[in-house]
Amino acid sequence: MYERKNYLELLDDIQSHPALNSLIIKHEVSAGDLSLHVANGDIYNVLKILRDDASFLFSQLSDLCGVDWPENEIRFEVVYNLLSMSNNSRIRIKSLTDDKNNIQSICKLFPCAEWYEREAYDLFGINFNGNKDLRRILTDYGFEGHPLRKDFPLTGYVEVRYDDDKKRVIYEPVELKQEYRNFDFESPWEGVKYPDDVLSDEALDDK
Amino acid sequence: MTNKNTDKFRVNFGPQHPAAHGVLRLILDLDGEVVERVEPHIGLLHRGTEKLIENKTYLQALPYFDRLDYVAPMNQEHAFTLAIEGLLNIEVPKRAQYIRVLYSEIGRILSHMINVPAQALDVGALTPTLWGWEEREKLMVFYERACGSRLHAAYFRTGGVHQDLEETLIEDIYNFCDPFLKVLDDLEGLLTNNRIFKQRNVDIGIVSKQDVLDWGLTGVMARGSGYHWDLRKTQPYEVYEELDFQIPVGKNGDNYDRYLIRVEECRQSVSIIKQVISKMNPGPIICDDKKVAPPKRSEMKASMEALIHHFKLYTEGYNVGPGDIYRAVEAPKGEFGVYLISDGSNKPYRCKIRAPGFAHLQAIDYLGKGYLLPDLSAILGSLDLVFGEVDR
Repeated sequence: MYERKNYLELLDDIQSHPALNSLIIKHEVSAGDLSLHVANGDIYNVLKILRDDASFLFSQLSDLCGVDWPENEIRFEVVYNLLSMSNNSRIRIKSLTDDKNNIQSICKLFPCAEWYEREAYDLFGINFNGNKDLRRILTDYGFEGHPLRKDFPLTGYVEVRYDDDKKRVIYEPVELKQEYRNFDFESPWEGVKYPDDVLSDEALDDK
Repeated sequence: MTNKNTDKFRVNFGPQHPAAHGVLRLILDLDGEVVERVEPHIGLLHRGTEKLIENKTYLQALPYFDRLDYVAPMNQEHAFTLAIEGLLNIEVPKRAQYIRVLYSEIGRILSHMINVPAQALDVGALTPTLWGWEEREKLMVFYERACGSRLHAAYFRTGGVHQDLEETLIEDIYNFCDPFLKVLDDLEGLLTNNRIFKQRNVDIGIVSKQDVLDWGLTGVMARGSGYHWDLRKTQPYEVYEELDFQIPVGKNGDNYDRYLIRVEECRQSVSIIKQVISKMNPGPIICDDKKVAPPKRSEMKASMEALIHHFKLYTEGYNVGPGDIYRAVEAPKGEFGVYLISDGSNKPYRCKIRAPGFAHLQAIDYLGKGYLLPDLSAILGSLDLVFGEVDR
């Protein structure tokens, strides 16, 4: 009764859909999840096809989030996780964006995208063309910076406290009683796969 | 009629308001008592969970999930561990799977036992709250006996669970079931046919089938409107496939249907708990991959190798191969998902938490429009919000 459409069937359907297939840059599979890479200008059209076409019916947006890749040429990635209740399948769409390459808002397709886009704007500073209410959502009123960017320090820049003289809450630069300690593991563990850069000769020489 | 504009005003609801279920600030545009616009301001409880997780090892990141939806902590951990296990491709031992299901269902009752009475409290009934909390207290003790803490469990570890359950504990959980069903009947006796409760909830906060899709509503919010959709059935994880339980589905999509579904889900959870207990056999409770699961205390006394593994696991942690994964569980409030990106190191590169309450709260402007101000707090009650997970 609860058959699930797996990623191979899904991929077949996508590849036999010419209008959709032509918009896809590449696809990848990780842990059984199918992801499609799409140009930021096409995101609206791709999601519209995936939502409305009878063979996909991805009618619910489960999640939308930003990812920061500072070393990439186009810095941010926006990831859409879609769910199809009719076909019992999930799919992931990814698209790159930055200040010069704005991404389209999908609020018109999925009204719930509005807050998710606001969140991505708040935490990463990603602009969505067409979202009319792109305000901060999670951070404090008057907050500066985008905290989930990799170059934003974990401790932040300001801290708040109640000032008894002024009888109000005031903002001050963060003062750490102890420096933030980020441990490095100098003796790699036998039998564990590390990312290449950790075990490269240069990295080991530094230590 | 005099000048209409004199009746229109804007009020602040919260951030400290007993019916706001936490630190929620709503800015309401009212026309007399009719709600014209609801603008939620969230983030007052924002703790930067996702940022913190990026700076912690996988094991250190786990307890943050207890602090999201803090009325049903283990259900959140479950999604995170499932995501890690998916990336590591680990098989979880049978007994651990049963324990996880057992505690997920206890979590469901914990959550519904706070939401159902809270919804009643929002429309003026006090007694259900006292009864609900009493049952919660008993369940919290089961939490404590399993993992040592009442709220912040950190119990579902990658590859299994942290500690085994004692036989006496399992017995006590079983003995909890039948008296609890009696309490549930009493609770229903107070509310289900209560005239005031029905007047305040029937036909209020109606969610259509299309709204469910548009606003990303999940869990009870979707089932109340007639979707036969429960991830435990449709995309089963752990041992849910082997268990026999029903998915209650509503017809009208109003507050009252959602209340009925939550009560029925408690009964189904009790049935699941009983089945799990009868099926559970002794066995390992965590996988035997030494690079992921810590060794036993007793082994560490004798084996140098075990001592090294223990030290490395609790300092460096384990590395998760590169890739990304989205895993969701049917948490009491809806689909709780974790989108995890790993770059191959011992810390998550990005961990996005998909909280059901975030999507549910967003719909309040749409759902609350045109209702009276007191109805708004009834709708808010039936959305089942906990700000730990909305604000993250």
